[in-house]
Amino acid sequence: MRQTSDTFLENASHALADADKVQRRDLMAVFTPLIRDAAMEGFGQFDALRQHVKQVRQHSLDHLGHYLTQFEEEALHNGNFVHYARDGNELNSRVLDICQQHSARHIAKGKSMVTEETGLNDFLERAGLSVTETDLGEYIIQQAGETPSHIVGPALHKSAAEIRELFLDKHDLGPRELAEITDLVGEARQVLRDKFLKAEVGIIGANALIAESGYSMLVTNEGNGDLCANLPKVLIICTTIDRVLPRAEDATAMLRLLVRSATGQAQTCYTSFYSGPRRELDTDGPLETHFVLLDNHRSDILASDYHEMLQCIRCGACLNHCPIYTGVGGHAFGWVYPGPMGSILTPLLTSLEQSNALPNACTSCGRCAEVCPADIPIPDLLRDLRHEETRRQLSAPRWRLGMKLHGWLARHPRLYHRLTGWAITALHRLGRKRGRFSRLPMAEGWTSQRDFPAPQGKTFMQQFALQQQQEMPSPVRDKPRKTRLRPEAGRTKAPRVKPSPPGAAKTASKAVPADKPARAVAAKAPAKSASPKSRTGKPPARKPRSRGPVKTRTEPHFGEPLEPQSGADERRSTTTGKPQEPDDVN
Amino acid sequence: MTRPATDTPQSRPNLRVSLFVTCLADLLRPSVAFASIKLLEQAGCEVSVPLQQTCCGQPAYNTGDYETSEPLARQLIEQFEDAEYVVVPSGSCAGMICHHYPRLLKGEWRDRALQLAAKTFELTTFLTDIAKLQRGEREPIALPSVTYHDSCAGLRELGIKAQPRQLLQELCATDVIELQQTEVCCGFGGTFCAKMPEISGKMVGDKLANAVATKAAVLTGGDLGCLLNIAGRAHRQGESIQVRHIAELLVGDLDSPAIGEAES
Repeated sequence: MRQTSDTFLENASHALADADKVQRRDLMAVFTPLIRDAAMEGFGQFDALRQHVKQVRQHSLDHLGHYLTQFEEEALHNGNFVHYARDGNELNSRVLDICQQHSARHIAKGKSMVTEETGLNDFLERAGLSVTETDLGEYIIQQAGETPSHIVGPALHKSAAEIRELFLDKHDLGPRELAEITDLVGEARQVLRDKFLKAEVGIIGANALIAESGYSMLVTNEGNGDLCANLPKVLIICTTIDRVLPRAEDATAMLRLLVRSATGQAQTCYTSFYSGPRRELDTDGPLETHFVLLDNHRSDILASDYHEMLQCIRCGACLNHCPIYTGVGGHAFGWVYPGPMGSILTPLLTSLEQSNALPNACTSCGRCAEVCPADIPIPDLLRDLRHEETRRQLSAPRWRLGMKLHGWLARHPRLYHRLTGWAITALHRLGRKRGRFSRLPMAEGWTSQRDFPAPQGKTFMQQFALQQQQEMPSPVRDKPRKTRLRPEAGRTKAPRVKPSPPGAAKTASKAVPADKPARAVAAKAPAKSASPKSRTGKPPARKPRSRGPVKTRTEPHFGEPLEPQSGADERRSTTTGKPQEPDDVN
Repeated sequence: MTRPATDTPQSRPNLRVSLFVTCLADLLRPSVAFASIKLLEQAGCEVSVPLQQTCCGQPAYNTGDYETSEPLARQLIEQFEDAEYVVVPSGSCAGMICHHYPRLLKGEWRDRALQLAAKTFELTTFLTDIAKLQRGEREPIALPSVTYHDSCAGLRELGIKAQPRQLLQELCATDVIELQQTEVCCGFGGTFCAKMPEISGKMVGDKLANAVATKAAVLTGGDLGCLLNIAGRAHRQGESIQVRHIAELLVGDLDSPAIGEAES
């Protein structure tokens, strides 16, 4: 599909100008987190299960070669054909080959974001085939000539009234009312039945590939996946290599989080496992089945610092919880995958040059990571992409230069305090009457949407230094507090507050009368030349840190622990300059 | 140096606190830092303010300029690592030190970052969890009706949710009127608000609408970035809701102009 990620800001502006759509998305922004939260609350094991699912996903990806080989062997044993496609063109060509081998002209298709990624529909239609999307949402946007705005609800941006107009226009079924939503659904079902029956080939996606059995798993609420899979003679399952999981129980564990995260249901209406072609005594099912497994940069991502992104189970929770996604909608992101997960995947699957606005469409609010059932550190990955933009000079020069200048100044404290002191005093004088500025040079981004509050007066550092000077220790006044550490003057050298042994601390504190609160004192920073080595041996902080209540919870059991596999570790060493993940923080 | 839980500010040795003022409070709202000092002193702490401090490096870090952020992180570690406690009147700056320094730095500096992280606290968390600030004999501070904006970094990186509410109840006998969608971002996001103004404007507009709907007289919070954003929008839209940092409310500083208000 045509990518418009490079005009994200224009797309967003356009989206925000449509008040009806904004209102529709605002409702969605309230409603979808509510149903997800309700489902998780009823379930009660989100944290424990997400750690399990994350481990399973990481394990599968770490041993991807092993499990793909196992899946392939089992799938072949079940009578499937298994194809690998390096990129979108290979997948499209392979699917077309299969269709042409069977002289197919009609394709029933559904439940595949991967084929959106490869642009399969256009490709097949250009070759003269007729492709019908059979998922109701996908069908609607196909009729409208649009693309999905959401990875789970592709037509969430459309109102019932719009869909009614669309059906009246596209379906040649004579005069009718279509007053109720059930009428719309009924009509779509009626039209789609013919398509299912006519199709020679069915194409679906997969939520998981199960290595131990060679089966694939698909969840739907409409049952259209099963009709695509069972009515046509030939079934093609298109998915990506990273969907493989070791065991059926891993797929079902994932399912428990996937569905709750996606739609707030405990389970979808249909959960189907596909084994292969019809066997001798079967009364129905396809005669021939194919798996087409797409790489399209997944191997590159696996070997990169962004490998955690492959843990994604495509639930869409990060979209529903992202105020930027719900603000501007999926189409603004300009490619197949929108929202937080899309802002990572789009640069990785296309190019950072084409999509360099997307990693910046993030306030690091962390709501996506909080609900992500695969525990992907989404804001961190987005920030790492911004780091890459900075390194490759893809970000706006004025921002790069501005940060460098600010950083340089902040590394020179005396100059920093002097310059900011002047600037803030000037700004205060200009703004004191109104208390704010409605326009400020170099801050148009800010002032286009809100006023800029004027500084209160002098900077804190100026005021504090002045206060310290005024409170210069006089022998008499300072007597009761002579053990205090005081600066001799605002900017002159002051003794540094040093951690002293506990005994010494007590002695010092005893000098302060208990009823008299201690006074703030200035402490001069240690000189930069202080040997870092002398600090490495210092004892850790004396007090344990407490950050809110620690919840204890019995870990539920989600199946046997995974045995490390003999297959070689697929993950290669990483190369880019991403900071180390701390393993003992969070 | 473990203390029994029953320790009160009166009976235990003073906690020695180094205040990281944060650049926004330093430049735009010094009253936040002065109020923080006052609160810490009320809690019986001995407060020092390293004079060389500037910025924690968060703007550069969030923009993706790790190379500019790193030396600032090291500078702050050098300035504060000898402290017994470091207290920061901002969730996002405390989050930067506690959560992101160990991610940004490597080797020996990472170890030092982790040690600093272990003794660095956001103001309201420190006052409730460590210093255990209580009203004691004092009268509760009279406040107008208050709503609270949960800033994202504090909320999700440091788990700040109950602490400010607890302090408002303890010191001011005030219950927060909760705003709808309180855990949704206000659209500040550091440089985000200037890079993507229209989207940010939509977000802060939504936040303000929810705040105004509470009919509270004051919106407060623990992060100046968010508060400047919301206050700026309130003034742009002519809304009368006042915006003040939580530290100012907790010391009863209601006479000085609220954020963005003219001097009377």
